[in-house]
Amino acid sequence: MFDRYIVCEEGFRALDDGRTGGVVEVRMPYYRGLALSMVEAVDLVLDGRPVPAGRTTFTVHGNTYRFDQLPRTTDDRWEMGERAQLAFETDEPLAPGEHEVAVAVRLRISYMPVPGGGRDAKRLTLAAQEI
Amino acid sequence: MTTPAHQIKRGVSLYSFQEEYFLRTMSVEDCIRVAGEIGARGIEIIPEQMIPGFPQVTDEFVEQWSAWMERYGTTPVATDLFLDTKLHPDRWLTREEQVASVCRDVDVAVRLGATIVRAIINTPPEVMEEAAPYAEEKGVRLLLEVHAPFHYGHPWILEHLEVMYRTGSPALGLMPDMGTYVERFPRVVSERALRDGAKPELVDLITRTYDDHGDTHALMDVVNYRGGGPVDFGLARQATHYIWSDPKAMLEHMPLIGHIQAKFYEMTPDEVEYSIPYDRIVPVLVEGGFDGHLSSEYEGNRHVQDAFPVDSVEQVRRQHAMFARLLGEPTGEDA
Repeated sequence: MFDRYIVCEEGFRALDDGRTGGVVEVRMPYYRGLALSMVEAVDLVLDGRPVPAGRTTFTVHGNTYRFDQLPRTTDDRWEMGERAQLAFETDEPLAPGEHEVAVAVRLRISYMPVPGGGRDAKRLTLAAQEI
Repeated sequence: MTTPAHQIKRGVSLYSFQEEYFLRTMSVEDCIRVAGEIGARGIEIIPEQMIPGFPQVTDEFVEQWSAWMERYGTTPVATDLFLDTKLHPDRWLTREEQVASVCRDVDVAVRLGATIVRAIINTPPEVMEEAAPYAEEKGVRLLLEVHAPFHYGHPWILEHLEVMYRTGSPALGLMPDMGTYVERFPRVVSERALRDGAKPELVDLITRTYDDHGDTHALMDVVNYRGGGPVDFGLARQATHYIWSDPKAMLEHMPLIGHIQAKFYEMTPDEVEYSIPYDRIVPVLVEGGFDGHLSSEYEGNRHVQDAFPVDSVEQVRRQHAMFARLLGEPTGEDA
């Protein structure tokens, strides 16, 4: 229902902690907040290549999680419209310029018989790295 | 001035402004302010949508909430609960946990000053029964939403009605969603499907079948036989999810009905809903002596946002102009 807003146009940047990779800001395509245990997947495909979930972390309001921690996280939430930071590692440094960023979100919503969620893809320009 | 023939009040579910709230172009305060300006005095809120940090509701939020109500001349009426039976990936919530979840949401309503809680359609009847004494103690009514594709003759609703009539609990009742009275296929939905690449002849088949109140059961199959793709299947599924039934069916259950979710998809510039015949629904509510709120629930945003600017405020304003007309409220000239 909010698929077109999943990938945020702002906030795409390279990691600044010495690792190679980046951060893309993402929103949940749903009309309420959900406990993180019900966020089954936030899959990232960068320039046509899937980034394994094990190479990504997920940050909401300052709290960072690995994806294998989310199923047990029932006391923190991804709020409606909140911009979460999806950080990802890559083998090579991200080249400056445009990248194709595709994100698919899968949510476990109790009243729906099938998984909810949605997908979005945008061409984002890598912001200059702040030193 | 003549005495009004009814006690029906107007309200708005802040869900209606989800597009603007999601994009942070409207705050919770903005939503309440515009509701007041539109004359929708009763406020319904989804706490899980607009209270960051839910299920905690801080004293600070409650104070602010009360101050907004006073400032904008509005009253908290209802909150909407969700029952996350699938909170854990490997098991469902036990019945005891489900009851505890509902009771927690009753507490949230009490904190916000609302006396009605919308129980989502997937709430099992036995959970309603077990939570009822707690709701009663807290002075809150737990109203099951009667949401499409369900209706008063459906086994799931019959099971709930059995609990309501057998226990006679004053805390239990119904909250009909007007999405059960979709008389013709919402135009915003079929037009979106066309923009998404649906085959025009299949869109025509689906909408005609629905509008003629024909047999929608096998639409997915027929769309398959006619070479439909995912967008066509999505539309065919929608056609089996909307329902049209006679609004008069509410009369039999009127004592249980405490609140109306006035779902709508498209208010036209001449202030009528394209697919839901409110001009035949409101008289039924008047006839039945309904004295609660008609609470706007705008759901068209998701069907137009790809091509048009979403203006939820204008859509809600138009719906309330229609309500005021159908409820016989004095107009600007003769007020």
